[in-house]
Amino acid sequence: MGEVLVLVDHADGVVKKVTTELLTLARVMGEPAAVWVGPGYNDAASATLAEFGAAKVYVAEDPALNDYPVAPTAELLASIVASASPVAVLVASSADGKEAAGRLAVKIDSGVITDAVDIDASMTATQSVFGGSTIVHSRVTSGTPIFTVRTNAVAPVPAPGAATRVDVSVSLTASATKARITGRTVAAKGGRPELAEAAVVVSGGRGVGSADGFDVIEKLADSLGGAVGASRAATDAGWYPHQFQVGQTGKTVSPQLYIANGISGAIQHRAGMQTSKTIVVVNKDAEAPIFELADFGVVGDLFTVVPQLTEQVESRKGA
Amino acid sequence: MRQGDKFWSVAMKIAVCVKQVPDTWAEKRLRADDSTLDREAADGVMNELDEYAVEEALKLVEAHGGEVVVVSMGPDRAGETVRKALSMGADSGIHLVDDSLHGSDALATSYALATVLAGRDFDLIIFGSESTDARMSVVPAMVAERLDLAQLTFAQKVDVTGDTVTIERLADYGFDTVTASLPAVISVVEKINEPRYPSFKGIMAAKKKPVETLSVADAGLDASKIGASAAWSGVADFAARPPKAAGVVVTDDGDGGLKIADFLTNQKFI
Repeated sequence: MGEVLVLVDHADGVVKKVTTELLTLARVMGEPAAVWVGPGYNDAASATLAEFGAAKVYVAEDPALNDYPVAPTAELLASIVASASPVAVLVASSADGKEAAGRLAVKIDSGVITDAVDIDASMTATQSVFGGSTIVHSRVTSGTPIFTVRTNAVAPVPAPGAATRVDVSVSLTASATKARITGRTVAAKGGRPELAEAAVVVSGGRGVGSADGFDVIEKLADSLGGAVGASRAATDAGWYPHQFQVGQTGKTVSPQLYIANGISGAIQHRAGMQTSKTIVVVNKDAEAPIFELADFGVVGDLFTVVPQLTEQVESRKGA
Repeated sequence: MRQGDKFWSVAMKIAVCVKQVPDTWAEKRLRADDSTLDREAADGVMNELDEYAVEEALKLVEAHGGEVVVVSMGPDRAGETVRKALSMGADSGIHLVDDSLHGSDALATSYALATVLAGRDFDLIIFGSESTDARMSVVPAMVAERLDLAQLTFAQKVDVTGDTVTIERLADYGFDTVTASLPAVISVVEKINEPRYPSFKGIMAAKKKPVETLSVADAGLDASKIGASAAWSGVADFAARPPKAAGVVVTDDGDGGLKIADFLTNQKFI
């Protein structure tokens, strides 16, 4: 069985859930081989990769890898592709992941498909495009197929692998080190899950009315252990930070549960959340287009409905 | 700014790459014959994120002196998008237009753009961070790779001092500060600025600004590397997403929150 390279997404030494999803998907196509780029590979990370079926783990640990965005990752992947001749390369559909995939495609002269939500054994990818309105099946027709895969597209399923460590030596070229990271600024996030990875997303829009209004949104999100999102109307108004914007020009999320509060549901927003598995809507306006997507909707004032819901969630969890 | 002020900074030559896309608010669909985006079905507009790229280029040139060249690849009517950028204040345009470009994928697009941009001595090449139609976000990185330039993408802030450019690269956790020597490739996110509207004067002036129209042959492109036949990924089939089964919508009678909680309990979310 051919090797399928899976670029590991990690933060603070912890393997992100999306990587376990990619490993699960890789097993359909061949034998997963994880690629760890950056310092801090550890036993727990190795155990997670093994649990989800990585036969091998290519480890490139040079601390310098943390100092340059994207280009070194593409360079490393290209060198592993050259030596290991994998049948495919899988990368998470993050900004970094897509850019690394793009650069890799140029380097190894291969086709790339972004934002796949599924890939089958024949390497046909499923994409959900135009805000989820159209389902497309695509194939790479030249070179080693490169896919970026959306988070939460596939349920991670464990299957043991050996996770045999293969060290990869790193010697970054001048081309890969032209742009240097000189600082990292971490915005306060208060222990909520990452928006793109969260199983539950609670979002607020124009109807929230103010930055203070996001209090009720955050409380509901916290009661469900979810992430907070915002529509463009809310981020443009400065009520909630830009990086939490869900929509065509923001993040695309596909959680198990999406709760849209005070969001009308313009295409701009729907494009970022339409593929959520279950959608709950709270809006004062019964005509709001977002209700077309709702599995369950309440026409009402979010400032009475949402706190009541939060209270119910808290009490039922305790029960 | 007085002319004398510019003495202290080096004039910049900036390219801004813009794409014409179907109106952001229109429903988009694929053509039945060749599975490419149906660009005739909706009005064409400048990709929204590219407006931020144009604005950033104009601001940099206002601060440092220099010129802004808008570059677009696309069918005849993409010329409207070039004019829009000129009416915002860009100095000149390059429009790569050729029937044989139709169906180009991101690799071919980046090849064509990189070929047009190469050898023109740009200090900065600025893109929007994604197009609202294809949404791949890979072309700026691919162009940086092809031209062997520093890649400073997803910028929410750009500063140029001397021959150094520093950006804040948007990240899930906040941002990274990334720096490089010019020349460099930049992509910007919408947080970076507030694009200006073309003034009447700007619209009139744009009519007289030079636009270089290039065919595939003019640009020196290898015809075997562009268009649908050179696309290294292709659509096998597509279909409209089946409509979602209608959900339950109730009006709040003081128990709306309770009813959602019941729904979530039934669905095992609580």
